[in-house]
Amino acid sequence: MARITMRQAITDALREEMLRDENVFIMGEEVGVWGGTYAVTRGFYDEFGPQRVKDTPIAEMVIGGAAVGAAMNGLRPVAEFMTINFAFLALDAIVNHAAKVHYMFGGQFKCPVVFRAPGGGGRQLGATHSHTPDVIFAHFPGLKVVSPATPYDAKGLLKSAIRSDDPVLFIEHATLYQVRGEVPEEEYLIPIGVSDVKRTGSDVTIVAYAQGLQVALEATNELAKEGIEAEVVDLRSLRPLDMGPAITSFKKTFKAVIVEEGYRSFGIGAEVAARLQEEAFDYMDAPIKRVAQMEVPLPYSRELEQSALINKDRVIAAVKEIL
Amino acid sequence: MEKATLLDWYRQMVQIRRFEQKCAELYQLGKIGGFLHLYIGQEAVAVGSIAARQENDHIITAYRDHGHALAVGADMRRVMAEMLGKVTGVSKGKGGSMHLADVNKRFWGGYAIVGGHLPLAAGIALAEQYKGTDAAVLCYFGDGATNIGYFHESLNLAGVWKLPVLWICENNQYGMGTAVDRASAVPRIIDKATAYGMKGKQVNGMDVVEVYQATQKALKAIRSGKGPQFLEMITYRYEGHSMGDPLRYRTKDEVEKWRADDPIGILERRLLQEHNATQDELEAIDQAVEQEIAEAVKFAEESPLPSPEELFTDIYVEA
Repeated sequence: MARITMRQAITDALREEMLRDENVFIMGEEVGVWGGTYAVTRGFYDEFGPQRVKDTPIAEMVIGGAAVGAAMNGLRPVAEFMTINFAFLALDAIVNHAAKVHYMFGGQFKCPVVFRAPGGGGRQLGATHSHTPDVIFAHFPGLKVVSPATPYDAKGLLKSAIRSDDPVLFIEHATLYQVRGEVPEEEYLIPIGVSDVKRTGSDVTIVAYAQGLQVALEATNELAKEGIEAEVVDLRSLRPLDMGPAITSFKKTFKAVIVEEGYRSFGIGAEVAARLQEEAFDYMDAPIKRVAQMEVPLPYSRELEQSALINKDRVIAAVKEIL
Repeated sequence: MEKATLLDWYRQMVQIRRFEQKCAELYQLGKIGGFLHLYIGQEAVAVGSIAARQENDHIITAYRDHGHALAVGADMRRVMAEMLGKVTGVSKGKGGSMHLADVNKRFWGGYAIVGGHLPLAAGIALAEQYKGTDAAVLCYFGDGATNIGYFHESLNLAGVWKLPVLWICENNQYGMGTAVDRASAVPRIIDKATAYGMKGKQVNGMDVVEVYQATQKALKAIRSGKGPQFLEMITYRYEGHSMGDPLRYRTKDEVEKWRADDPIGILERRLLQEHNATQDELEAIDQAVEQEIAEAVKFAEESPLPSPEELFTDIYVEA
């Protein structure tokens, strides 16, 4: 198996799906001639041409809405928001249209659109370009929200997203593009809405996803040196949210820490903790801990920004607090 | 124009008006809930323009959508059932007045976020361009929608990509209660279209024949590769923005002035004076429409409500 970056895995998934289905096309800002601002679609414009790799104006409302319309009328658009921060401008197209047209017209239309959006903090981009707003989108039924942490998951999930008849928001944490992992040559799919155990252990359950998962895994390596074996569950999809593996693990370890890059208030951790106590109250031996971003707009200055973000030390501290 | 065609348009316009008058009545009785936006006064726009479409053209509109639904030929019984929230409704009772649609008629529905469907129209048109068909999209919206970002981004994209969209602004003089010149920096809506490479044309939206001809011409231009086109239909809504509108923003005289130029009245005069139609002929149509509406109400009233399980269907295609 080849060890490739998550960026390459996403590129490969897009390319394979475009070769498989001529109704799959890409639209977004600088996806074509430029090759994608994160270089995910480099070479696509030459390979597939301007008809299938469409550069748009910098106009997120119509990127979002036109992708919805094209999807309703039989195409499979992969619409890229240059960053998820700009998807705020398309919130109406995503929430009021992509996520609603199937239901509100009684099932007459379907909307097989994929919105791709890099996001996340930690790159000194300042307050408006550093959001991890995944939970905002995951709030709404009708939309599927996926955010992978590994190259293997990214490729298999993106292919499933493109083939899905439902609208999918595919969030790529930008600091993960360089993460390498094993990806098989042969084709495979990973179903949306299935969590995955990334590390087994019996002392504590860590529930995480995306960049939070990588932070959690770093923490577990250090914890292991002290003889603490954590089990790590990767949610992979936020909606539908598969709580099965997390609950099973919690029933074994009786303790849980939830790690997410977004804000703590009203966050993924709040949701997962609530569900754990609803489903496994009798197994709870300690308060469920949340490791999340400080409740501040992210600043530019490097040290200051890092101090607001999650890191392995915070995860380790949270684990030790409840052991 | 053929007399038979005009008679058919007359029937459609009367149908829309009587249907909506019945809806207002049912709303007062509490049988229709939510918002109800009446199209009365604007009937010539939907009927004349939709008559000009070819079979594979698409229709999409805003929340004032009853007229478009009936003009595309949606089953009136199922439209009325939707108004009453019944499972036999066009959207299974999940959409209501503002979300009528009929996939078989290529009617993509009514949308309730002002301007929200304009990019959808661009996307529907993009799909046709991508597939290489000659189909166009007729996208309807009010004057109020021309002030929102969606309008400008959508017209710009359509202009850049030469999308086969016919933008049809139904300028009924008010966005809710705010007159056009109090909300739009330019009072002539077509001036906005020029910024995006579309010349645009103002049309008397009270005259169904003018609407038809202008639409036909615009669709021909789109199909001959001239890119998106823009029509501003000058029209007027007789009723309030929605039920319960106190109508403080306009005078009764103003409404009466527009009513004197009633779209059904104009067509009626033309039929009687230029096409030898008789009063009896028109009355027979009126009666047939009354009958049709009575049957639609009966169908809707007797239809079952959605079952409790319907709450959870159609959220996703794949569970």
